[in-house]
Amino acid sequence: MAKKTISMGRNASHHSEQSPVSEAHRGVERISSDSSPEESVDMPYEEQGMTENPACYIEAEPSADEQGEATNQAVSQAAGPALKLFQSEMKRGLLTENPVLRLVLGTCPTLAVTTAASNAVGMGIAATLVLICSNTVISLMRHIIPDKARIPAYITVIASFVSVVQMLVKAYAPALDESLGIYLPLIVVNCIILGRAEMYASKHAPLASALDGLAMGVGFTAALLCMGIVRELLGAGSLFGHEILSEGGFLQPILFFSLAPGGFFVFGLLIAAANRLSRENHLPVRTGCGDCPAAATCSMSDKGGCR
Amino acid sequence: MNVFRTVVTIILAGILTDNYVLSKFLGICPFLGVSKKLDTAMGMSAAVIFVMVLSTAVTYPIQRFVLEALGLEYLQTAVFILIIAALVQLIEIALRKYMPALHASLGVYLPLITTNCAVLGCAILVTENYGSAAYSFGTGYLYALSCAFGSGVGFLVAMAIFAGVRRRIESSDIPDTLQGLPITLISASLVAMSFLGFAGI
Repeated sequence: MAKKTISMGRNASHHSEQSPVSEAHRGVERISSDSSPEESVDMPYEEQGMTENPACYIEAEPSADEQGEATNQAVSQAAGPALKLFQSEMKRGLLTENPVLRLVLGTCPTLAVTTAASNAVGMGIAATLVLICSNTVISLMRHIIPDKARIPAYITVIASFVSVVQMLVKAYAPALDESLGIYLPLIVVNCIILGRAEMYASKHAPLASALDGLAMGVGFTAALLCMGIVRELLGAGSLFGHEILSEGGFLQPILFFSLAPGGFFVFGLLIAAANRLSRENHLPVRTGCGDCPAAATCSMSDKGGCR
Repeated sequence: MNVFRTVVTIILAGILTDNYVLSKFLGICPFLGVSKKLDTAMGMSAAVIFVMVLSTAVTYPIQRFVLEALGLEYLQTAVFILIIAALVQLIEIALRKYMPALHASLGVYLPLITTNCAVLGCAILVTENYGSAAYSFGTGYLYALSCAFGSGVGFLVAMAIFAGVRRRIESSDIPDTLQGLPITLISASLVAMSFLGFAGI
């Protein structure tokens, strides 16, 4: 299985340099050989989630942009080729700074809507739309918004875009609206969106912020898709509504994965896998409150963070 | 009498069967973030109960008498989150001025609550469940408030149990890869599984 995915990665990769992605593949191979069966089940799906966007395989600067600072430099030198910027941003959103698996933001929708892969994608797309729009608008207004009132201002912008997306979904995808239920309006309090507004859009130009929103949104969608595929396949025995595992077959659906505890369980294993992979790549692990939207007002930030 | 029975049922459901954290996945961030020590967990939960009941007390009449009366239901999300944000600020100022002792114990958690999805989720769910014209304003309001209170207590129960579980985790030997968040999530899964048992009630 691991062999197959590696060759897949190589085919898609335009540069045959040693990229972190292929290193990630090696990490996958190792994990599936020495760890529990659940993990080896998890991993191929995570890769499927990543293959969803081929951009993550087109490697631009394999070693330089492993740290976020390098990417920020690339952003400030906007003179560089746009495609390269796009690629490095995408890689940041999908892999090195994946909002769900690396920064652990937006946990509530990740756990709640991933009982089916199609819900996960719907949620991901809705959040991505809000993220792109709010990042752009907040970046445009970053010189107007007074520093002290910035959080309420961000929330107002985000809430209006969430209302727009809510009405769009109600009009064009009523079934999705039904299955996402309360979690659709709750995009307002999704930490990813407020976090990106505070960390990125308030400091960068509109175009770069929109790109950042897109990359983070795609990363969010990919992580949700991984969870959704694992939970739908194991919990309901289907994928995107098509039945794969049937009752009385070789593998029976395990209800546990569809229920709340299964959500926590799969998410825990996915984060474990992501931590393991990033350890292989020597990536910085998140520390402190630097990227927490509430850090400015939080009492725990003096004590070095709440985790 | 009938009303009283319904209120008790609603509160119990909020605590056990429909626990916001463990079965509806609302308020996971504070659940994972502030549950390391029992006293901080309790402080956070108390603040959540307080804000949840107060925000429901404000948003429910607004939904019925302003948004529905004027046909502005689509503004619900924006209006509710702004009300909650303003309310949290007001509560903080009022507590600091009039109840400094309570502010000292709850104050630090208040700003964090604005982005707690359990509070907004509660306000929206409650108006969805009890805001229809089938309920008269009085009973609907009573049910809504008791639902908010029950859900808040449910949050407190989940936090208290989980703080105990985490203390045990800290002193145990955990595989390298699972250290930190992964083992926390897996134990949350086990706690959630135990709450699944209440679903039969």
